[in-house]
Amino acid sequence: MNAAETLAPIANATSIPWTEVPEWPVVDFVRVVADALAHNGRLCSWFGIAEPATGPALSGVEGAGAIRLVAVVAFDAENTLAVGRSTPFSEKKYPALTLLSHQAHLFEREVWEQYGVEPEGHPWLKPVRRTAGNAPANGEFFRVDGGEIHEVAVGPVHAGVIEPGHFRFQCAGEEVIHLEIALGYQHRGIEEALAGGPHRATMAQMETASGDTTIGHSTAYATILEALAGTEAPLRAQWLRAIALELERLACHTGDLGALAGDVAFLPTASACGKIRGDFLNLTALLCGNRFGRGLVRPGGCRHDLEPERAKTMLARLETHLADAEQAATWLWDAASVRARFENVGCVFPQQAAEVGLVGPAARASGLVRDVRYDHPAGWHRFAQAPVAVWSGGDVLARARVRWLEIQRSGQFLREQIATPPEGGIRDELAPAAPDTLAVALVEGWRGEVCHVALTDADGRFRRYKGTDPSFHNWTGLALALRNQAISDFPINNKSFNLSYCGFDL
Amino acid sequence: MFVLDTITHRLKAGCATMTYPDGPAPALPDRHGGALRVDGAKCAEGCTACVSVCPTEAIAREAGKPVALDLGRCLFCGECVAACPSKAIIQTRDHRLAVRRREDLVLGAPGQEELRLGAALDAQMKKLLGRSLRLRQVSAGGCGACEADINVLGTIGWDLGRFGIQYVASPRHADGLLITGPVTKAMELALKKTWDAVPGPKIAIAVGACAISGGPFVGHAETCQGADSVVPIDLYIPGCPPHPITILDGLLRIIGRLEGKPAGDAPAGKVTAG
Repeated sequence: MNAAETLAPIANATSIPWTEVPEWPVVDFVRVVADALAHNGRLCSWFGIAEPATGPALSGVEGAGAIRLVAVVAFDAENTLAVGRSTPFSEKKYPALTLLSHQAHLFEREVWEQYGVEPEGHPWLKPVRRTAGNAPANGEFFRVDGGEIHEVAVGPVHAGVIEPGHFRFQCAGEEVIHLEIALGYQHRGIEEALAGGPHRATMAQMETASGDTTIGHSTAYATILEALAGTEAPLRAQWLRAIALELERLACHTGDLGALAGDVAFLPTASACGKIRGDFLNLTALLCGNRFGRGLVRPGGCRHDLEPERAKTMLARLETHLADAEQAATWLWDAASVRARFENVGCVFPQQAAEVGLVGPAARASGLVRDVRYDHPAGWHRFAQAPVAVWSGGDVLARARVRWLEIQRSGQFLREQIATPPEGGIRDELAPAAPDTLAVALVEGWRGEVCHVALTDADGRFRRYKGTDPSFHNWTGLALALRNQAISDFPINNKSFNLSYCGFDL
Repeated sequence: MFVLDTITHRLKAGCATMTYPDGPAPALPDRHGGALRVDGAKCAEGCTACVSVCPTEAIAREAGKPVALDLGRCLFCGECVAACPSKAIIQTRDHRLAVRRREDLVLGAPGQEELRLGAALDAQMKKLLGRSLRLRQVSAGGCGACEADINVLGTIGWDLGRFGIQYVASPRHADGLLITGPVTKAMELALKKTWDAVPGPKIAIAVGACAISGGPFVGHAETCQGADSVVPIDLYIPGCPPHPITILDGLLRIIGRLEGKPAGDAPAGKVTAG
């Protein structure tokens, strides 16, 4: 057994031999991780791995043998990541990490669901996405009792054109006392299918893991394979990925501002942003033919280049669309009726945001300075960064304001980067993945941290692949935001987070 | 001054809605490629170069038979086009892709090199619907991209409302369903209940590779391999996701609003819409 007292440091977009990942008996491992989280650590990923390697990776509750637990922790202020693992254990339980750090609560529910291993003392142990028949196995919902209390159930099919999920509100009159969010309706089996991969469909599945974060997830996946091959994509491909990532952010943030405006019946901005969002999507299509960036990122590089003539067109169109966005945003901020609806609605306080481990704009709107592009730069972000956009307040207004700051900063980043391309090719043949190696890739998608972790087997195939969409961290933030709010404010709170259902369900 | 500001802006900006379908359709991005044309007769003897590069196994070639490409599974990545040594698979740049029958999406055999585009609903159904179509959208495992490009049709550039087409909040107010996603096992029951809640006569439209065939998730035990395993489908609109103009073409096609309209695309870059 390894006698190390601390987790092993690892940089973003790199790999480490599996044997060099320090291990502890599970009880000590939980303590070591809790200690790291208590010292400015943030839990990026926590998952199980079946032992021995030949066993089924995700075999469900029945018949699962011994497992190990693996943790990836980020120390944002020190710009480092760290990994550790437990020794294999076949007892069906261990002391819950959630009791020591609430960041782990969904991760531990997931491990319990996938391997049947109970985190003892977990306060709300129920499935995350497992199905029972042809609906998710939601279990009992948290209930508030009392004569004035009523319950509101919404979904899975919602009123708008939106993904399915179930929301259960406990209300006293108009006031929401508690919101429980039950997902799993979108589970397509992405993680299960990755075992033994990569397979032929894997790239396409990564591109659709969360459809509006195609560049985020596909870049993370490509980075994993490059780290496992001990190389990186050509510089020009990294530049292309960085450009596409910001275009994705521009489109989604603009769409969100429009949707927020629409929900408070402020139609000028709603109408304008609906169109501008599409304009930004069309810039991604200019680069690769697909409005969502499909077919652009591939392991080893990119499939399409941004030639000088195309770059010129893109810059010219970008300026027009940014000016339109500025006009639409100015209307929004200038309207007192909008500010009155956004201010002090859906507050998530900084302590809460840190406690549950929020990421992305939702975290930055609660004053937390965390951004993978800045904290853990990989790829092109080692050479060029946009300033981190932070706003205090934690309310709907702050989440909208952070988006607008990021639109401006992404725009400026794109202006600078598109004008100064690196030379060279855009795609290299990739060497085979190293055997028995763990790789970690973080990408700051528009919703926040996209985290991919892969462990290869003796043949260099995926023994375990764990993808974590930022939504996995942030749905709890939406539930917290709704506490003591009017249920009629649910739509603007929901839009201010705009989380992915399929990214959560995978 | 917000009021003056918006009015001035509106006057300056003019009408943002495209003239299609009276005018030309907005051009597809130059790297999009549009519909595929598959001429199986051009395939070299024993060549399977396209079969092995397809991420969704949409292409099959049985010994002695022409190649068969299923556009219902196709993600339009273009790998097969690049891999084909005899130019048997080519991109037509045509945005029109919607068909009424599942088998009309399979290309390659003699006489089936191109899509057999869908016809309008029959006269009786058209009469019942009148000049409108109310659709309830159900995402059943959709990744959000098909949903986004369905949503975009409601924005000012496209303005779906001018055709009398509207997305409604309840299935009970709907003439039919617009389904996205491979239909996860977890959504099977919800989709069925939503379909049952739509008063008849009703139609169902499958948007995107997932809803038609399972798309990238074909073969996964967690999915139902497309919407027609749960609901009878009247219109298939392929793509990953289909471009908004492809979706709009499909919706207008099935209610007969494209009859007598020019079919051509605008020259590249001439017409844009978000």
